[in-house]
Amino acid sequence: MSKKRKTSNKKGAYKRLFSYMKPYRGRLILAILLIFVANIAFASAPLLMGNATNSLALLLEGGKTPEALGSFFTFLIMMIAAYGLNALLSYIGTWLIVGVTENTIFDLRKRVDNKLAKLPLNYYDTNAYGDILSRITNDVDTVSISLQQSIYQILNAVFTIVIIFIIMLNISGVLTLVGIAVVPVALYVSSKIAKKSKQKFDAQQKGTGELNGFVEEYYSGHNVVTVFGREDTVIDEFEKTNEELYESSKDGQFLAGTLMPIMQNMTNLGYALVCVVGALMAIIGGLSIGMIQAFTLYLRQFSQPLTQVMQITNVIQSTGSAASRIFEFLDEQEEVPDAEDAKFPEKLRGEVTFDHIRFGYLPHQTLIHDLNITVGAGEKTAIVGPTGAGKTTLINLIMRFYDVKGGAIKIDGVDIRDMERSRLREIFGMVLQDTWLYNGTIMENIRYGKLDATDEEVIEAAKKARADAFIETLPGGYNFVLQEGAGNIAQGQRQLLTIARAMLSNPPILILDEATSSVDTRTEVMIQQAMTEMMRGKTSFVIAHRLSTIKDAENILYMQDGDILEVGNHEELMAKNGLYAKLYNSQFSDKAAD
Amino acid sequence: MKCVLKELSGYKKELILIVLSVIGTTMATLGLPSLLMRLIDVAIPQEDTAMVLRVGGFMIALVAFGLFCGIATSKLSATVSMGVGRNLRSKIFTKVQYFSQTEIDKFSASSLITRTNNDVTQVQMFLNQCLRIAIQAPIMCICGIILAISSSPQLSGVLVISIPLMAVILVVIAKIAVPLSTKIQTKIDRINLVMREKLTGVRVIRAFGTADFESRKFEEINRDYQKTNKKLQRTTNAVMPVLIVILSLTAALVMLMAANQSLNKGIDYTVGEIMAIIQYIMQIMMAVIMLTLVFVMLPRASTAASRAQEVLESETSIKNKEETKDNRDKKGYLTFKNVTFRYPGADKPAIENLSFEAKPGETTAIIGGTGMGKSTVVNLIPRLYDVTEGQVLVDGVDVRDYDTKVLREKIGFVPQKAVLFSGTIDSNIAFGDRNADEERIEEAVKIAQSYDFVMKKEEGFNSPISQGGTNVSGGQRQRLAIARAIVRKPEIYVFDDSFSALDFKTDKSLRQALANETENATVVIVAQRISTIIDADRIIVIENGQVAGIGTHKELLKSCDVYREIVDSQMGKEGE
Repeated sequence: MSKKRKTSNKKGAYKRLFSYMKPYRGRLILAILLIFVANIAFASAPLLMGNATNSLALLLEGGKTPEALGSFFTFLIMMIAAYGLNALLSYIGTWLIVGVTENTIFDLRKRVDNKLAKLPLNYYDTNAYGDILSRITNDVDTVSISLQQSIYQILNAVFTIVIIFIIMLNISGVLTLVGIAVVPVALYVSSKIAKKSKQKFDAQQKGTGELNGFVEEYYSGHNVVTVFGREDTVIDEFEKTNEELYESSKDGQFLAGTLMPIMQNMTNLGYALVCVVGALMAIIGGLSIGMIQAFTLYLRQFSQPLTQVMQITNVIQSTGSAASRIFEFLDEQEEVPDAEDAKFPEKLRGEVTFDHIRFGYLPHQTLIHDLNITVGAGEKTAIVGPTGAGKTTLINLIMRFYDVKGGAIKIDGVDIRDMERSRLREIFGMVLQDTWLYNGTIMENIRYGKLDATDEEVIEAAKKARADAFIETLPGGYNFVLQEGAGNIAQGQRQLLTIARAMLSNPPILILDEATSSVDTRTEVMIQQAMTEMMRGKTSFVIAHRLSTIKDAENILYMQDGDILEVGNHEELMAKNGLYAKLYNSQFSDKAAD
Repeated sequence: MKCVLKELSGYKKELILIVLSVIGTTMATLGLPSLLMRLIDVAIPQEDTAMVLRVGGFMIALVAFGLFCGIATSKLSATVSMGVGRNLRSKIFTKVQYFSQTEIDKFSASSLITRTNNDVTQVQMFLNQCLRIAIQAPIMCICGIILAISSSPQLSGVLVISIPLMAVILVVIAKIAVPLSTKIQTKIDRINLVMREKLTGVRVIRAFGTADFESRKFEEINRDYQKTNKKLQRTTNAVMPVLIVILSLTAALVMLMAANQSLNKGIDYTVGEIMAIIQYIMQIMMAVIMLTLVFVMLPRASTAASRAQEVLESETSIKNKEETKDNRDKKGYLTFKNVTFRYPGADKPAIENLSFEAKPGETTAIIGGTGMGKSTVVNLIPRLYDVTEGQVLVDGVDVRDYDTKVLREKIGFVPQKAVLFSGTIDSNIAFGDRNADEERIEEAVKIAQSYDFVMKKEEGFNSPISQGGTNVSGGQRQRLAIARAIVRKPEIYVFDDSFSALDFKTDKSLRQALANETENATVVIVAQRISTIIDADRIIVIENGQVAGIGTHKELLKSCDVYREIVDSQMGKEGE
């Protein structure tokens, strides 16, 4: 049942893949025609060569008669012309096909890229990173490589087979029958082998994945292995995985490698049989030597496209599954589009109202039950609670990464669902827990906060965020290129850059998500001063551990297990002597020693 | 390529067999046309039916032989190429396991991963595809030339023109195509990198509303990739048509020469001979084409191989001395004597002239700014790096005089990044001490304040840990890493900023539980929070690689400005 659905999925995938070529169908059809003609030219060449041979034989036996000489030259020139025409047309054909496939792949990548921007955050949070990544990289690569390789090959192979088959039939029906009698056997055997080798390949693929994972894991944790002196155990385990991979890949490669000799020798067998039968027919009479020659040449050409078709079938299989995985991704439900008559606060002051908010990530789950609070413009709100209390949930809601399930969040009285997402998010400046920076210069990374900022503005922001000092020590300064994930600078420095980035964008509402947790304490003093300055007159939401940030906040939200359990300012909550007071005291008792 | 050749030399027997089986295949392939020639030239004119059947039988036997040889070649070449891959991988992995941190830094972990995985796979696939061709092509060439010359030396002369012509054209195409294909690789890497970044940065991209900027950026690299790819494919696609033209011209030339020679010079050719020669010549040229393919694929594989080679050739900088020492009389003593450490290639030392002494039962804390050299100090203790100047002594013996195994057995190290390995909770704790029994593991987990959350899991100690430990929270990961060190019962505990992901409450109870366990051990803690280290016997304040102060909390409050600043920032007195 499920298998059936899978194959129909694949079929749909091929269809859809072809539909992507529609804009280029004119060129594709022209290419098909050209390749068809090229194949006819190619197929007629051995025939012409056979004729040339016959006239050569006449010439050799009968001497230099002008007729013999004339027909010899004519056939010779025709043969060269046929090959030349084939070369020219098939090159133009492939030229066109390259254009079509590359454009199609370009479009496909573009669609995938656009989709990334349209998916709701929920998709990213609920699907494994590796799985999405593999769809948008590996699967797209697989499809593009096989499109590049297989379209011309398959056209060429199919045309060759059909044309040669017709010509062979014309030369001799009997010989054709003899020659291709072995083909079904060959096809049967090789399809069996292909199936078997696919199993082994899957095992190899799995083994490679496991081994790669193993290597990645133990190389990244190299210092742990070293300090615990467990190199030998790790190596032993590696050897085991490595050996398994060896076994499966050896078998897989062997089986796949037998396809070609089997196909080749099967056609060779046909060749041998044709030689015998042809010779007998020639002896009995009715078949010229030149025709036997030509026939055997054709037969030899028959095996290559057959092998090719077999191989391409395998490629197409994997393309089908890759393509259907991509289409699954493209068909994922997108975010609710922005409201058509989008609103925006007439005068942006920065007042945020949570009006009877109910929320949960899963359909039947309710984490936040009923949150009611109005954060006045320019006020600071601290979000506190034990680790894993779901403090980022609130951020997810304010920035509309997720929509509330009940109630409404309003900014200056306008429901955020009535605003355009992009304009809504412009209101916020955010420093997240994971410091996302991209492969590019430091200048580019900070400028990300405000794309049209001048170099001076960028440097200004970096200075405000106290990032300037360390940037200047890097080779190339602001032109220092960050690696992917910015692994070539320290975590604290990464955080400083994201702060600079937020400073540059200078928005009316700030969201600081544990902004200072991995910056050392001295740097933190400087950052905090800069932040205080940045927060002046702005509404801000801060997820923090530090007492100083909590104490002077106008509002404190105490969160636990995803819900907001206490709301108030420091004095109110302390007076309440509830969960917040308990948390505060547990931290403070440590410091009482001072 | 050197390392590959070395591995190949371990497969001499298989390689010889491949040569033999390839010769067999070639003979079978080339033999068929010559047998056909005999049919055409002898059997048919003489109308000898018996001979036709005899030759036919021989042809079928030849096909069977060819099939056998072909399958054998495939088996052998799979064994050799996958075997070479396996051995290379194993050597690299083993080598890397014994690398010191210096070599890991030099290559970077991610580059080492690529070298072990992708590069070796590249080499292995190249071998599998090319071993057969690289052996078959020359053999086919030689056999073809011998057969062609023996049939007719005069006609074979055509090869003198065609082969160089073909070779020149192929080389020219390859010269254009190879750099393009290298470019393609970097471009596809770039596309995938941007895709990865978009995935990890989805929140940031949306928060800054830079979707348009992102899609323009992607469009640009996508377009760039598309253009280069078109160019590459259109170049390589020229190979076949050009070759077909050359082949057809060659065939025509052979026929012309034959006609010319027989008519004007009186050399007699049979039609069968001419046809056979044309086929031989085609074989030879095909062999040359195949060989070119190998040379086109070679650069990529050889780059991969040399990247692997680099790993195999680098020597680990931290090795045991010939004669190692140990001191069993003292336990839990740690001394830094005028220690200076400089990372290779760095201008400034990461830590300069650090001296202190720690005895059993004492706690030494290190505090200071990010990137100021705190981790560097603790990395010197288990000899992850060697000092540039000065000495680190454990139990009175220079760490460089120990067998590293013995030295590291004395140490329970909790790294800054709490790395766990895939397996179970139990296997991760036992990683610290392979002889630890259940009781000890449970005890360690209890001290590390992890017992509750471990027991809350359905499978308890047997709960699976996924790669990198991503299925437990940051704080839990840190606590399990601490348990892993505790289970060792070490003489020296090293906590490199290992409490950062814990909330204050857990941090406190963990340190209390730990205090009993570490009674007879010395403890070194790198920390950010004052509260974590306030009770330490000795606090070392590090600032820009220099020691800004050493003393107890009280002493430092009086004597050290840097320390006071740190304390103020955390005690909520700033901003006045």
